[in-house]
Amino acid sequence: MNHSSQQHIVVIGNGMVGHHFVEQLVNSEYNCRITVLSGESRLAYDRVYLSSYFSGKTAEDLALTDEKTYQDWGVEAVTNAWVTDIDRDSKVVTTKDGNTYSYDKLVLATGSYPFVPPIPGNDQPHCLVYRTIEDLEAISASAQQSKIGVVVGGGLLGLEAANALKQAGLETHVVEFAPQLMAVQLDPMGGDLLKQKIEALGVTVHTQKATEVIEKGQHSRYRMKFADGSHLETDLVLFSAGIRPSDQLAKEFGLVIGERGGIVIDNQCKTSDNDIYAIGECALWEKRIYGLVAPGYAMARAAVADISGNEGAFTGADMSTKLKLMGVEVGSIGDAHVRTPGAQVYTYHDQPAGVYKKLVVDANRSLVLGAVLIGDTSDYDTLLQYSLNGIALPESPQALILPSSGDAPLLGADALGDTATICSCHNVSKGDIVGAIDGGCCSLGDVKSSTKASTGCGGCAALLKNIVDSELEKRGVEVSKAICEHFDFTRQELYHLIQVGGIKSFDELLEKHGTGLGCDICKPAAGSIFASVWNDYVLARQHQPLQDTNDTYLGNMQKDGTYSIVPRVAGGEITPDKLILLGEVAKKYNLYTKITGGQRIDLFGARVEQLPAIWQALVEGGFETGHAYAKALRTVKSCVGSTWCRYGVQDSVTKAIDLENRYKGLRAPHKIKFAVSGCTRECAEAQGKDIGVIATENGWNLYVCGNGGMKPRHADLFATDLDDETLVKYIDRVLMFYAKTADRLQRTSVWMENLEGGLDYLKSVVIDDALGICDELEAQMQLITDSYQCEWKTTIESPEALKRFRQFVNSDEKDSNIQFVSEREQIRPATNAEKYAAGKAIPVAIV
Amino acid sequence: MLTQANTQNIHDICHLDDLVINSGVCALVDGMQVAIFTVSTGQETLYFAISNWDPIGQANVLYRGIVGTLKEKIVVASPLYKEHYDLASGNCIERDDVKVQTFPVHIENDRVLIEI
Ligand code: SRM
Ligand SMILES: Cc1cc2nc3c(=O)[nH]c(=O)nc-3n(C[C@H](O)[C@H](O)[C@H](O)COP(=O)(O)OP(=O)(O)OC[C@H]3O[C@@H](n4cnc5c(N)ncnc54)[C@H](O)[C@@H]3O)c2cc1C
Ligand code: SF4
Ligand code: FES
Repeated sequence: MNHSSQQHIVVIGNGMVGHHFVEQLVNSEYNCRITVLSGESRLAYDRVYLSSYFSGKTAEDLALTDEKTYQDWGVEAVTNAWVTDIDRDSKVVTTKDGNTYSYDKLVLATGSYPFVPPIPGNDQPHCLVYRTIEDLEAISASAQQSKIGVVVGGGLLGLEAANALKQAGLETHVVEFAPQLMAVQLDPMGGDLLKQKIEALGVTVHTQKATEVIEKGQHSRYRMKFADGSHLETDLVLFSAGIRPSDQLAKEFGLVIGERGGIVIDNQCKTSDNDIYAIGECALWEKRIYGLVAPGYAMARAAVADISGNEGAFTGADMSTKLKLMGVEVGSIGDAHVRTPGAQVYTYHDQPAGVYKKLVVDANRSLVLGAVLIGDTSDYDTLLQYSLNGIALPESPQALILPSSGDAPLLGADALGDTATICSCHNVSKGDIVGAIDGGCCSLGDVKSSTKASTGCGGCAALLKNIVDSELEKRGVEVSKAICEHFDFTRQELYHLIQVGGIKSFDELLEKHGTGLGCDICKPAAGSIFASVWNDYVLARQHQPLQDTNDTYLGNMQKDGTYSIVPRVAGGEITPDKLILLGEVAKKYNLYTKITGGQRIDLFGARVEQLPAIWQALVEGGFETGHAYAKALRTVKSCVGSTWCRYGVQDSVTKAIDLENRYKGLRAPHKIKFAVSGCTRECAEAQGKDIGVIATENGWNLYVCGNGGMKPRHADLFATDLDDETLVKYIDRVLMFYAKTADRLQRTSVWMENLEGGLDYLKSVVIDDALGICDELEAQMQLITDSYQCEWKTTIESPEALKRFRQFVNSDEKDSNIQFVSEREQIRPATNAEKYAAGKAIPVAIV
Repeated sequence: MLTQANTQNIHDICHLDDLVINSGVCALVDGMQVAIFTVSTGQETLYFAISNWDPIGQANVLYRGIVGTLKEKIVVASPLYKEHYDLASGNCIERDDVKVQTFPVHIENDRVLIEI
């Protein structure tokens, strides 16, 4: 290669924007040599997701690139290369180690640094900032020796930092100079509501506090004294009071700098020196610094275009933001502060629900200028599209922020023009997405990897999916109802194929009706159908690889890879002896013990290799598996009923136990829960269950298809005053019909909502036998109940099955990453910080 | 066949019968947890070894995932949050920036050997 004819491009700074520049320049295939001088000890990483470091992400996880990638691109990258000198005449830069690099074009991507207010005492240990991985390491270390933490600054980053301190277990405070939080993005009302919400989560917010000095504390490490005479004690101070552009180099070597800092650039991102560009957070465009990645990326693209002789310009960027702070949804678009002359405002405030929305429109009420959303950002995407693309507002703009009464004018994907920007991080327009689909992309995943849309901040994900679905449908691509890529059938169709074809193994099913080798969607679904139809032992050799880990190991996997143990306690009735046995087993194996929401007892923290011995002891003591791990019957809750209760009219406990014993082991598309109440007071909450039974003077009322959980649904009254026999008959039929016809992972409530003809249809099938299948449904249920076996009992009796219950095939060692600490006299999994503190963090291989 | 030069990195793990067809087991190799999978395609039986550490779920569990195919790739689904890892390359299908280590597997005289 002939270097001399090639331009040499030197980039100072390898932050997010510097890296994006390199990537874009490489992609442009412009013939040049690239050298990157990174001031940090590592190459570019994802600062936007920096906080995820506290939830266990490592520096490697956050890396945006590595040496190998740069090598493959032919890019020379130097770390720890802090540039101290630019000789603009001879076009040479020098690093602090004295190394020199000559350039044809120089790109300053030096970013910014955290502003630390000049408060006496701000330079002591445990006074920290939040910008780099090293900063986070320092915060982690300090948090371990601290109880209280204060974040100075209530802006976007300050609140993110507060969340990190809170997660680290500190009592957390936010001190803000302004009268409200997030003053840049929110109006006072929004700021206030955000404050209330954040305080409700346990972070104390102090507004209008000017810190005067940080001195030695009386109870804690430090005391912060405020201008109003008050004070606050803390062990750790985290400054997040804004950023300042890293423009020192530019200033020192004579480039034009803005009045309040920032390297002045034009639309091509050129500085006052024709051969020097500045991009990202160090650059000042039209008197503005942009503190977000998307504008920085746009600058990088403009600079690449200019260097490679193409068209392209940076013409400003949108600063709208949507985020979730400690679980609180916050959105801010455009002119949130109503600065445009003549602008008009609509507001919606639901105080009980903690939702506030403000819509700012122009004087003619035809364009969206801005918005503030707190507590509910579901309208964000739509409003942003209106505002960015100048889409004309509908007749009553207020409908855009009112809670959906069903007639809110939804901005469909079709309303957007081809030039509408969908993903601002990667500058992807609707036209690009349509182009990608025309070019052969036929799934969301394809479009993502081809256009990069939605791979930055992720804010555009919902809108992208909308457009992709709509465009695919337009092209007649059926948005497939097939269960997965291996079977072109719904679950219901598979059920039919298995039953009618007498198919008994996955291999046979695959051979006759599928392609490929199957996956984690179709395998468990098939396993569940085999169990519903044939009720084989789930760990029979041919079914074993089909089961989710929970079914394979007959327990629920917890976050650290241990399992929980939930023996069946039918109806919630338990003898003292059995209670004692549970206690003894828990003690012997040092398991965490908790009463579940399903009237039974859960033992947590068992290692995979301990499961058989624990269950051996439980089975010997008369327990059976509770199927807490399976898509199967879970619990039948009961109230104490007429045996003891002065109001009870029937024996609800006996009924619950009988029902639980009848249906235990029944596998279904999703889990099934029952409850039986002894009278209309409904202490067992039967109307929130898939099957609810409530005693009457004359028998039992049957309710079906209720649900607690994510979307509660009251069960429907199905039949009244049933005798014992009819009750069971109806339940048999309802459940078997459900198992046959529901979709994968569809609870009875959702199944009912989607059942054509609804409750009346179900009644006609079950009560009037409209399909003539009631005999078959009952016979099928009889087969299942007759072939019941406790899977744990079968497992501990089978040496073959027991072989799977070990961590290592070649060693009796334990998984050293499973570590517990004690809390309220029981074990709980150690957090990452605790593992590090104890020096027990295990080295794991990460590539 | 293995050459003399690199046999020192080869570890004898277990008998072929200790593996589970279309599923995984885990081995401790030089202090490292390695998940070993056996996949039968109908025509042939393939062996894969990857690091057992789930970098997203942050636990040593990958050997307990379900194996299968996605497009042409043979993958395992993490039992914790269900991301898929390409058994041949270690790449995470859902996340470009995540990858697990892979190791060569050799079968010799019905013994399973892992190269680290
Ligand atoms: C242990 C328990 C919480 C507790 O400590 O009390 C629990 C724990 C889990 N629940 Fe639950 N649920 C428990 C009672 C409930 C209840 C209350 C009840 O049953 O009366 C509900 C609401 C009622 C309902 O289901 O309609 C409940 C609604 C859910 C849901 C939401 C289901 C829905 O239809 O929206 C899920 C998620 C799912 O299944 O997809 C879930 C999922 C889970 C999972 C399986 C999540 C997971 O994958 O790790 C948890 C693991 C259980 C374990 O490790 O043993 N759990 N869960 C309760 C076990 C009851 C039992 O004895 O078996
Ligand atoms: C915790 C946190 C959360 C954030 N969240 C979001 C978000 O949700 N959305 C969003 O859009 N933005 C967010 N941001 C902002 C975003 O990270 C920045 O906009 C982006 O990183 C700017 O990129 P940059 O390359 O301009 O600067 P930087 O990433 O700061 O990179 C500049 C690099 O240049 C190096 N450097 C400086 N001077 C020299 C020198 N003389 N010699 C050599 N190297 C030098 C620095 O060490 C640094 O590595 C967040 C920032 C933080 C800290
Ligand atoms: S539901 Fe009826 S019988 Fe059951 S505890 Fe309540 S009042 Fe008593
Ligand atoms: S807007 Fe950030 S990823 Fe699309």
